[in-house]
Amino acid sequence: MMRHVVIAIVVILFGLVFARMVGGYVELSALRPLAEQYVTLAPVELGTPNIITGILITYRGFDTLGEVAVLFMVAASVGLLLKKDDAPAKAKAASTKAIPAKASATKPVVPKTAAARAAAARTAAAKANAGARGSAQTAVAVTSAKVAESAEDDETAPREASEIVRTGTEVLLPLIFTFGAYVIVNGHLSAGGGFQGGAIVASGVMLMLLARPGSALNVAMLSIIESFAGVFYVGLGILGLVLAGGFLDPRFLPIGTFGAFISAGAIPLISALLGIKVGAELSVIIDRFRS
Amino acid sequence: MTTGLPVSTILLITGFGLALIGIWGMLTHRNIMRIIIGFAVMDTGLHLVMVATGYITGGTAPILDGALSKADAARRAIDPIPSALVVTAIVIGLSVTAVMLAYAIRLYAAKKTLSIDAFTESKW
Repeated sequence: MMRHVVIAIVVILFGLVFARMVGGYVELSALRPLAEQYVTLAPVELGTPNIITGILITYRGFDTLGEVAVLFMVAASVGLLLKKDDAPAKAKAASTKAIPAKASATKPVVPKTAAARAAAARTAAAKANAGARGSAQTAVAVTSAKVAESAEDDETAPREASEIVRTGTEVLLPLIFTFGAYVIVNGHLSAGGGFQGGAIVASGVMLMLLARPGSALNVAMLSIIESFAGVFYVGLGILGLVLAGGFLDPRFLPIGTFGAFISAGAIPLISALLGIKVGAELSVIIDRFRS
Repeated sequence: MTTGLPVSTILLITGFGLALIGIWGMLTHRNIMRIIIGFAVMDTGLHLVMVATGYITGGTAPILDGALSKADAARRAIDPIPSALVVTAIVIGLSVTAVMLAYAIRLYAAKKTLSIDAFTESKW
């Protein structure tokens, strides 16, 4: 009860701060100087009808690169957090089972089924940490052994998706991917861009994984695609540094006619790379959470 | 249809209201999933606030086409900078949420519960 009072006070104080901010806010009636600069210069200098894309990819291009790096880091750290989950649990599980069954560890085991592989992993891990372990750890190990086993059961029998989901996926998936590609490549002309399109593509991947829970996503392939997209992105940035005004300057390619599909220098290229990278990264993150 | 309030004020109130709901949710709930949902709600509210600060009375989206000519843009387009920054903010919010969910999975694997009261040993 006491805690709720304290929390209520904190929230009310935040509310007061916010209320003062709202009360003191006057709606803008003209653009701020920097914004005016962007709005007047972006169509002329960059040839992008969509000024936000011009800002994201050129004027604040370095931020966008950093943002993509953050996404990459998240994909990596989620992988790290969720991949390591199995190993210690299995190792601990092994540590209890392996003391009586240590003799069998020397036998060569041919892994045929999932259960056999798990057993092999257990014995191998047991060999590895047959050193120190206390009685307190044993209790933890027993529970985690149970957990590991139940997890194995789940893995062997993934539940089928329903008829509606499967049929709906067949109809919708091409549409979603096409729409994602459209949003990515039209980022310089209309609302959209690499991030948005990449998110749409990743949502399609999510639908695919929901419809076929047993299927495996080719994470290695996606990682390679993503890495190459990142390398090309930085490469285009360096090309801008060499051939035009600075890092990530897209003007080393001709600006073309204003509003045409192939125009605005390298912005569509960078946008496409961004879309590929974000789509692949988000798909990898979704896949990591699936297990 | 006109309300007495300007559009950006309505958006600011909505956004800050969502942020307050998120803060309240994060502080009162003991379930880690609910705390993460509270964070997501707060994040969304702050995104709304950021977008709202870029609105200009009677402005339109800063995309030049038949309806908005180059000469007109400086007068009628909204401020594009907050919109561009919100894209960054959304991506960062997504990243934070993803990492938090990954940690939640780890914590659940460790203690078989999502109640934050079970993790008192890492409190201070």
